[in-house]
Amino acid sequence: MTDDTESLIARLTDGLQPVKRLPPPTMRAAIWLGIVALLGALFVMRFANLAMFVHRIGDPRLALELTGTLLTGILAVIAAFELSLPDRPITWSLLPAPSLVLWLGCSGFSCWRQWIVRGPAGLGKGETADCFLWIVGFGVPLAVALFVVLRRSHPLSPGPVAAMAGLGVASLAAFLLQFFHPFDVTLIDLGLHIAAVATVVILARTAAPRALTPSNF
Amino acid sequence: MTASSAEGWGGLMAAAQAGDGGAYARLLREILPYVRAIVRRHHAAPDRVEDVVQDVLLTLHRIRHTYDPARPFTAWLGAITHRRSVDALRRKVRTDASETFSPVAYETYADPSANRDIAAHEDSAVLAEAISALPPGQRQAVELLRLKEMSLAEASAASGQSVGALKVSLHRAIRALQRTLGGKVDS
Repeated sequence: MTDDTESLIARLTDGLQPVKRLPPPTMRAAIWLGIVALLGALFVMRFANLAMFVHRIGDPRLALELTGTLLTGILAVIAAFELSLPDRPITWSLLPAPSLVLWLGCSGFSCWRQWIVRGPAGLGKGETADCFLWIVGFGVPLAVALFVVLRRSHPLSPGPVAAMAGLGVASLAAFLLQFFHPFDVTLIDLGLHIAAVATVVILARTAAPRALTPSNF
Repeated sequence: MTASSAEGWGGLMAAAQAGDGGAYARLLREILPYVRAIVRRHHAAPDRVEDVVQDVLLTLHRIRHTYDPARPFTAWLGAITHRRSVDALRRKVRTDASETFSPVAYETYADPSANRDIAAHEDSAVLAEAISALPPGQRQAVELLRLKEMSLAEASAASGQSVGALKVSLHRAIRALQRTLGGKVDS
């Protein structure tokens, strides 16, 4: 052992203070998701037309699509918490993949059905083009709130953590959007949703080195 | 590393999390060969290996709250060591791509005007003025690593900056001094 290393060990161990161990990542994810679910529920009950939503959710295809969207959000957030720890393999990033396929598959089927039923008009944008702003507008503050919690893990590889966090919050925002989206998804709508999710993921990844790494690290 | 020592490391780490400095010191000394073996897969120069090993110890210290005693300690330590070692390798590749190592730069030049320039830069007042004009982080890196000749680990502990941040600050400081003094400063 070199003198430098020995003196470093002496410095690190001298007057060592106890540290509070991080709770398991699934528990941290559950607490964060629980708080977001509570705030989301309050928002929906205050502003959404629930009667219309209950009517639309009777369509099994839409129910499947919403299940895929919500599961993608939950699983991506769990993956972000897992990946924030040093000994978790990168394969955790595959956790939300099946639900993401379900979500995009059902949305794609909806586009195809719109095209069959309405012809070329079914390819255009739906009744509103605000989906992009909605997902980004809700996704970014949620990402900030998630980053604040993830920073406690001091992720050594912030990139994949941020990508999962971005996918998670954007998916949760897209799920919330469905309560205010009283029509089936067209091809343009689907493109806007994907672009919005990709935007949040890219923003999160770009901010990751500074946002997820404490300044003295 | 034996299986029993690896199992014992988890217990020592749990004790360290509870504030047991003796257990922590024993753990850090026992893991050194294991850490060095991983670092040597990426780095050959002994001084660089030791720099990275010290960086691993500092990282382990900062994120010791993330260790879960219910999980294998060697997997946790191995992941940290591998990550920091690869990060150091990437920094080296980036630095090497933008810098040229020239041992003869320490020599004076046959051209008299070049020697006059070097003599001028050796004037401590000029150099001190150039260093004082640096941003605080860069000035601190130069003072600790070059003027006080501290190791990276010592400078990191003294300044609160990470080893990586210190290296970047020093690199930028040298570049700034080169610009200020006409490109005659050697790192």
